[in-house]
Amino acid sequence: MVFLFYFLSAIMVISALLVVSTRSPINSVIYLIVCFITMAGHYILLNAQFLAVVQIIVYTGAIMVLFLFVIMLLNLNKITVPTKTSLTRIAALITGGLFFLVLIAATRLTFEIHPRYAFDSKIGLVSEVGKTLFGEFLLPFELSSVIFISSMVGAVMFGKKDK
Amino acid sequence: MQALTNRSKIASNKKMSFMERIYFPAIVKGMFITIRHFFGKKATINYPEQTREFSQIYRGMHVLKRDDEGRERCTACGLCAVACPAEAITMVAAERKSGEENLYREEKYAEVYEINMLRCIFCGDCEEACPKEAIFLTDRIVESEYERLPFIYGKDRLVEPVDLNLRIDISARQTENVLKFKQNKRFAHNK
Amino acid sequence: MDWTLYIYKTIFLFIIFLITLVIAMYSTYGERKVAAFMQDRRGPNRAGLFGLLQPIADGLKMFMKEEIIPLTANRALFILGPSIAMTTAMLTGVVIPWGGTLTIGGREFSMQIADLNIGILYVFAMVSIGVYGIMIGGWASNNKYALLGSIRAASQMISYEIAMGMTIVALILSTGTLSLHEIVEHQHGIHWNIFYQPLGFLIFIVCAFAETNRAPFDLPECETELIGGYHTEYSSMKLGFYLFAEYINMFISSAVIATLYFGGFNMPFIDQLGLSPNLLTLLGSAFFFLKIFGLIFLFMWIRWTLPRFRYDQLMNLGWKKLMPLAIFNILATGAYYYFTEFN
Repeated sequence: MVFLFYFLSAIMVISALLVVSTRSPINSVIYLIVCFITMAGHYILLNAQFLAVVQIIVYTGAIMVLFLFVIMLLNLNKITVPTKTSLTRIAALITGGLFFLVLIAATRLTFEIHPRYAFDSKIGLVSEVGKTLFGEFLLPFELSSVIFISSMVGAVMFGKKDK
Repeated sequence: MQALTNRSKIASNKKMSFMERIYFPAIVKGMFITIRHFFGKKATINYPEQTREFSQIYRGMHVLKRDDEGRERCTACGLCAVACPAEAITMVAAERKSGEENLYREEKYAEVYEINMLRCIFCGDCEEACPKEAIFLTDRIVESEYERLPFIYGKDRLVEPVDLNLRIDISARQTENVLKFKQNKRFAHNK
Repeated sequence: MDWTLYIYKTIFLFIIFLITLVIAMYSTYGERKVAAFMQDRRGPNRAGLFGLLQPIADGLKMFMKEEIIPLTANRALFILGPSIAMTTAMLTGVVIPWGGTLTIGGREFSMQIADLNIGILYVFAMVSIGVYGIMIGGWASNNKYALLGSIRAASQMISYEIAMGMTIVALILSTGTLSLHEIVEHQHGIHWNIFYQPLGFLIFIVCAFAETNRAPFDLPECETELIGGYHTEYSSMKLGFYLFAEYINMFISSAVIATLYFGGFNMPFIDQLGLSPNLLTLLGSAFFFLKIFGLIFLFMWIRWTLPRFRYDQLMNLGWKKLMPLAIFNILATGAYYYFTEFN
């Protein structure tokens, strides 16, 4: 299990780095897909099968397909490197370095965190997720679905031709 | 425009009824039609094992006939070449030498006689035009080839063998109707 | 460590892969025969008895063909495309319950490779990853027709997955589980879901046609408009993989439909036969395969009956007809259970 964890993590980190470092947008989308699939693998290691499959269906299966779709339609494969002034480069370096410092400071503390509850191996199964969503978190869940509906209606409104 | 047959359907853009709009009855109807064909009789004939029965007056590959004594009948008059609508026939005439009387019936004969089977449309006009009853169409099939050149048939493939037993039978096609039609020169194309 | 179970599962996995491949191979032969019979022809009948060796001859031909990778194509992705298509097509068969349980020497062996408690969702996940095979292959060819084909495939898949998922929600409402094995057991005897969810079945089968890119929804490879669609530039066995993946998908989706709506390995009057349990299990599996073959025939029957949809008709059907119908189906099922069972 530990070996699997490190294996998946290695693939995930490498593909995540490749997402930002490759030049071609299509390649970076494909690395992002690999990254998401390994993330689903992590969910399975945590016995959260439902989350893993939903991760694959929603993120890899739908959202990334749309990403790929748009990139293919726009034919963004040409390499365009916008010219940067030295000022923006220095600014980027400083902000990136600060963000990295904050990240390190945040993760340094996580090693000392102990779980408040004992790990329940059934917590990620469908029935448990369903009971939690429709019991404890019913109101936020329904509210988020209302937000989704409103965004869908908005998209349809934008898509309609003016009369 | 006046319709030639009454089989054509007039297309209309009328509003479809509800049953027509859900398409399902139409799909089921179509599927019944295909399944009926699935179990129906097949139209294909398994060619090398079975052959389609030819019509009695089928016009296939030509033959240059010999007479009863084994002499070629053709006198290279060229009427068949003139009658040919596809210009598939060419010939070179030659004079019969003494001593060749057992080979050629007439004093003039065809030294070269070629039919281009790729041009020929097997109409039978050459047979009709022939005054010497030398060329006939038979129920044999022109075989397929890989190149174009072998389709030009020379005398080696057109003239029938001398042996009486190997002569090519043309009587099947020469029915009473065909003979009568041939005599009626009003229909002939070479008048 | 339970080694017998591991060995059994490995052997069973190989058997299932083998059966999938052989059935996909003979589906190509079956398709040509069905097409021929429906058009009053005879179909392939030269290679072997009744042409039964035709698939082998075709496979040999595919291997012998020259392999061409276009110069302007993206090499890595060009090879990745058919591999993804084939892999995802094969992987779906893992969760399908091919039969009940066999008892050999006092031990029970399930005729299912993995009984996930989210079996249906796993099938969906594999289907949704399968799109990448077509999309990546079509894009990597660097050909406008291939690109059009892959874009069509992507939009078609996403559109019809929604209606498909909605029908499954109604099905889950009535069975109360996501595990395919439990769904099959729920339909014991003749209590098949098709009798309880006829509308759901209709929507599901239409979506299954669209998801497998079969006629009348074969717009991604539409020969008359897009030459060969996404596999225009492919040749040799890479093309073979794409064509083969289509037939595997057809077999697997027939199996999924048989599992979800036709009772899987259940057969009517199974309790009255009085046979030994092992024999019953095998008989059930045979009956399951009979159902699958029937559904494959239905796939072919429809392909050779209906003409292809136009692109806008396809989108209209998916979004404006099937999705509202599927939502209505959920509401009707929910209302039924609310008023009958919770009173």
